[in-house]
Amino acid sequence: MTTSGAQTGTQRLQRLLALVPYVVSRNVVSLAETATAFGVTERELVDDLNMLWCVELRAPDPYCPIDLSYEGGEIVVSEAESIGRPLRLAVDEASALLVALRMLAEMALAGSEALSRTIAKLEAAAGDAAAVSTQVQVQVDKGHADDILGQVRDAVGLRRRIHLRYYVPGRDEATERDVDPMRLLVVEGRSYLEGWCRRAEGVRLFRLDRVLDMEVLDVAAEVPPEAEPVDVDQGLFRPSEQDVSVVLELRPGAHWVAEYYPCEKVERDGEALRVTLRTPDTRWVRRLALRLGEDGRVIAPAELATQVGDDAAAALVLYAT
Amino acid sequence: MSRRKTERLLSLVVCLLSTRRALTAAQIREAVPGYPDSFEAFKRMFERDKEELRELGIPLETDSSTGGDEEAGYRIKREAYELPEITLEPDEAAVLGLAARVWRRAELAGAAAGALLKLRAAGIDTEDTTQAGIEPRVHTGEAAFGPLWEAVRDGRPVSFAYRAAGRSGPQQRRLEPWGVVNRHGRWYVAGHDTDRDAGRVFRLSRIEGTVSFSGPPGSVIVPDGTDVRELVRDWDRTPPANRGARLRVRAGTGYGLRRGALAQRPDGDGWDDVQVSFHEVERFADYLASFGPDVVAVEPPDLREAVISRLKGVPQ
Repeated sequence: MTTSGAQTGTQRLQRLLALVPYVVSRNVVSLAETATAFGVTERELVDDLNMLWCVELRAPDPYCPIDLSYEGGEIVVSEAESIGRPLRLAVDEASALLVALRMLAEMALAGSEALSRTIAKLEAAAGDAAAVSTQVQVQVDKGHADDILGQVRDAVGLRRRIHLRYYVPGRDEATERDVDPMRLLVVEGRSYLEGWCRRAEGVRLFRLDRVLDMEVLDVAAEVPPEAEPVDVDQGLFRPSEQDVSVVLELRPGAHWVAEYYPCEKVERDGEALRVTLRTPDTRWVRRLALRLGEDGRVIAPAELATQVGDDAAAALVLYAT
Repeated sequence: MSRRKTERLLSLVVCLLSTRRALTAAQIREAVPGYPDSFEAFKRMFERDKEELRELGIPLETDSSTGGDEEAGYRIKREAYELPEITLEPDEAAVLGLAARVWRRAELAGAAAGALLKLRAAGIDTEDTTQAGIEPRVHTGEAAFGPLWEAVRDGRPVSFAYRAAGRSGPQQRRLEPWGVVNRHGRWYVAGHDTDRDAGRVFRLSRIEGTVSFSGPPGSVIVPDGTDVRELVRDWDRTPPANRGARLRVRAGTGYGLRRGALAQRPDGDGWDDVQVSFHEVERFADYLASFGPDVVAVEPPDLREAVISRLKGVPQ
């Protein structure tokens, strides 16, 4: 919820119109609970209530349509007049929720029965405003085996340790590890297990489509208190100070790299692009550079450029025999 | 918006909701406090107020048939204004709370929060904490998302500069948008390309500059049976692998290749013979080259040549 300082008048009007029905539908409700529900301070809430109470219509006969009190911290509306029910959902509002609910249903991220009941009720309540929502669709990658997501979801819920066989493409390795699950994340079109990796002794993200095999162990998960969850709203892969800075020069055939990987800097140099990216592990860049062939060149670090050249030369020797 | 204006708009809504008959502008001016004395100034302010209420989704009706005179009447019909009754079971309220989090920090975050506010006002208790342990998010980092969603919502044609794959400069495109689709984390818009007179799909990240509306709301007709998701899927589809290849893969490496292998057996000297299938020589050669000296393409010859040429191109 936005902070009260940033509230615009429009938002305030929306809040005022929602406030009366909020109280009416609950008969009596405390100032504290209401302030939390609306994301405002109690002082701001009292100011809202006073404004509602002061509404006056002067014609044909003068009267004050809304009557309420908040004595002793409990709000009661005794006269709600015509604003006793909330305003209908706007198209944007109905769509935001329906699109999200359908995505959750498709991913089986929550009970499918509860989801379909909720979708039906919301569609009915939204009426015409629900129609456009089918023109927005979110489809999440489902590269993983069907039961993996369910198993991860259960392990997170039951707080049980997971044994993973996990493929790391950057190193072209299958790894084995025990992970104490923290959350199931679905971000940027992919599903991840976030957990405390006991091998790395740190919080790690595991893409579910790279899980080769998994087993939920009969062991309680032990996530240490210092395990810091990833801030999913800041992007999953944020470069850190310790990361290596890699500079690549890309010919037009390799320009997709600038779009595909999060780059720190992209500069145009005639036909070519010069991109800078940060990574904790340069092994995947080595593989990327081999794939790009003449369309890409590692500018920095110099050792990486040498490695890529050596790899290509070693591979060509194998073809010469 | 000033406090006085908020008070005035609030009174106006209550007034127009309470009235059984449509009120003329003059009647509204008498009933609602806060309008200026000059009738001209009042009319201008009232016009803006009506516009603001409509932008909030309040169904303010203009009835010009009142009493036969030419002065229009205004009212808000209760049945058009009010959210119908809705009650949710606790498990339904929980999934709704989860759904509202999906757009957090994205373009529709405000809309999701607004919807929750109204549902709470209808008596529903959605918990913000939701089911522990699941965080679904959709991002709308592409600047074009906002205007394209509006265009889809309002049925308006758009135009924008688009940088197609493999082209260096952007081209101006005109589109009647049918829908926006997020596929595997990327946003696409599907619609009728007016210049090419055919259905087309565009990736939002390749749209450069601003998206402008090029026609009035309601002028886009989405053909019956249009499945925007299907259109994007077709556009993005990876063709089936239909050619076979034989590779030599160093033992203990090439997991990515082995996962999809048709057959594999040891081939002596620390190498395995691995049979795989692929679709397109150039793309598959890119992939094989990425393994460097751990994978050798044995056959077919065109694949082998393509990998060699990739490796020879690597700057030394």
